[in-house]
Amino acid sequence: MAERILNGSEVVLQALADQGVEVVFGYPGGAVLPLYDEIFKQNRIRHVLVRHEQAAVHAAEGYARSTGKVGVVLVTSGPGATNAVTGLTDALMDSIPVVCLTGQVPTHLIGNDAFQEADTTGITRPCTKHNYLVKDSDKLARTMHEAFHVASSGRPGPVVIDLPKDILVGKAPYLEPSQVQHRTYNPVVKGDRGQIEEALEMLASAEKPILYCGGGVINSGQQACKLLAEFTRITGIPITLTLMGLGAYPASDKQHLGMLGMHGTYEANMAMHDCDVMFAIGARFDDRVTGNLDFFSPGSQKVQIDIDQSSINKNVPVDIGIVGDVGHVLEDMIKIWKAKQYKIDANALDGWWKEIEGWREKRCLSYKQPKDVIKPQHVIRRVHELTRDRKTYITTDVGQHQMWAAQHFGFEHPYEWMTSGGLGTMGYGMPAALGVQVAHPDATVVCFTGDASIMMNIQECSTLTQYRLPVKTVILNNRYMGMVRQWQQLLHGSRYSESYSESLPDFVKLSEAFGFTGLTCSNPADLDDAIKQMLEIDGPVILDVAVDDKENCYPMIPSGKPHNEMLLGQETNGDEAIDSDEGMVLV
Amino acid sequence: MKETEISKHTISVLVDNESGVLARVIGLFSGRGYNIESLTVAEVDANSHQSRITVVTSGTPMVIEQIKAQLSRLVPVHKVSDLTLAGPSVERELALIKVIATGERRVESLRIADIFKARAVDATNNSFVYEIIGNPEKIDAFIKLMEPLGLSEISRTGVAAISRGTLTM
Repeated sequence: MAERILNGSEVVLQALADQGVEVVFGYPGGAVLPLYDEIFKQNRIRHVLVRHEQAAVHAAEGYARSTGKVGVVLVTSGPGATNAVTGLTDALMDSIPVVCLTGQVPTHLIGNDAFQEADTTGITRPCTKHNYLVKDSDKLARTMHEAFHVASSGRPGPVVIDLPKDILVGKAPYLEPSQVQHRTYNPVVKGDRGQIEEALEMLASAEKPILYCGGGVINSGQQACKLLAEFTRITGIPITLTLMGLGAYPASDKQHLGMLGMHGTYEANMAMHDCDVMFAIGARFDDRVTGNLDFFSPGSQKVQIDIDQSSINKNVPVDIGIVGDVGHVLEDMIKIWKAKQYKIDANALDGWWKEIEGWREKRCLSYKQPKDVIKPQHVIRRVHELTRDRKTYITTDVGQHQMWAAQHFGFEHPYEWMTSGGLGTMGYGMPAALGVQVAHPDATVVCFTGDASIMMNIQECSTLTQYRLPVKTVILNNRYMGMVRQWQQLLHGSRYSESYSESLPDFVKLSEAFGFTGLTCSNPADLDDAIKQMLEIDGPVILDVAVDDKENCYPMIPSGKPHNEMLLGQETNGDEAIDSDEGMVLV
Repeated sequence: MKETEISKHTISVLVDNESGVLARVIGLFSGRGYNIESLTVAEVDANSHQSRITVVTSGTPMVIEQIKAQLSRLVPVHKVSDLTLAGPSVERELALIKVIATGERRVESLRIADIFKARAVDATNNSFVYEIIGNPEKIDAFIKLMEPLGLSEISRTGVAAISRGTLTM
């Protein structure tokens, strides 16, 4: 095939189009002007102008996580790139496929401390899966295609391409995606058959088995989630999901024990602690999940399935580590399980379920909704109830509201839950919702946030207005950085150092200033009407709900404690100080 | 081997010789708190632009496994080989050692150099630069002996290593 010679910006746009990109989230600046000029001249790729580069990456993450596609970001050099760093780190921690194009000063100025110059590849090296600085026009097209391959295959993640301005202006040959193959990077997707057989044999002889599944299942795709459901059904064993895994298995199913971990359910954590065979599927034994590692599930044999070899045996040593794509491995697992006619001993399994039912009876997520003040959990439950007949996507910020959303909003399908799990980035929620709404213009997109988190990317209200993105933002407003306050109460003698939200804006006036509707609600009796009103408004809405400012998030495994030492809010009547110096130094 | 026992491993890594690849490897070690005892790098295949990095590190078996897995998932990495586990290997390091001395100490340094098969590659009336090649322990021993004899400067290359026999990476 004859090479087509274009200019650099045309090559970038052509590559994006050939990679199936429909939307780019970005913010212009000096170094990327040639690219923006090219965007102006075409109409295949839509550009969404955010108000801060961090939000561009979160929007791309929301877009990616709700579609299974790669999210694309375009920012300028220097501050454009450094502002994107938090988003890139967030995408790395949560394995979200993002390609981020950053402008760079012309190659002859690199290293001269030029205006808006930053060592972008240096700065982003530890917060990307991979990054490139394109210094040679001949490599531009190849780099573009390679970046999409790297971002989306294996364990997904963010990839940065740093584009000096002279490369964008100069001539460059174009290559089709099919003409580009990577030399070294080819992740394994099929699991080792021998290991899979060995693992299933272990499972078949288990008496107290459990599946512990994470975001890797969702990254593997819709099909992997279906296979997970099938495997769970044919084996009849309990399943628990991580924060990132919510939606991989229907929350309403009776085999689902709910989320596990620091604010997971009592039954999920107790079952993890007492199980005899654990299958970790696309989950990485994060410290929020395991609690104190010395006491983590002491009596179990462990199998881990992960596409990333480095996730295996990182925190918790496992007996069998299977490297492969969750979807492929589950497919083989189902085939072999059926072919060998494996069956877990019915008596044993029955006894295990009875034990679990006993834990379930604690009803660890229950709360009482009084007449005078709105409980934050109740808001989540009511929004869930009132959006049941709609296609609904949920995003959150970080803190108590995030945990309440994870606990109380029942996620039935994958791709409908967007949250910042690994990095815990306040300010993630609204821009992520923006990206989700761009991908699904007709769906209901709700961002649960707190009065502190919302302030961190509040400027994106302007983007919502510009693109008429009808995102529904629900603020669980307790006038505190609630999770900080909770930890200060439990671990620091109720000394609420700097965690009170002083001088909050009037969110109704603020919404109006940005050109959309703001609602408030403080009376429990009005809550349903307020939610309904919010859902019916054809446009963005902020619903500011005044909630109980003393409510703490339970159940809770305090830092440094094992799974079976959970605090149950109702039992302790909450809020006893935790006597643990060890816990105080942990996060 | 016990789970908590720390052992030393020599790891060879074949990488694409592209800009930033060394920074990626070093950044991985510093970012994740792993230890680097020695690190060498040079291009070994000019046609395919591949370099070989030899890194000597130490850790528990779980940490060593992590290091190898983390290195393997770097995009420009072709191959990672743990020479310590793969079987017997040869490890060599070169050092240039300057000794400034006169009289009996100067002569004594020459005698010891002879025993260690170190060569004098530069000489003045009151100094020598010795070149010594060997495994790191041999070089350590040589340096220790030179200390009282006017040792004044050391330059070491770090370890290059390769497996013995027909085994290749």
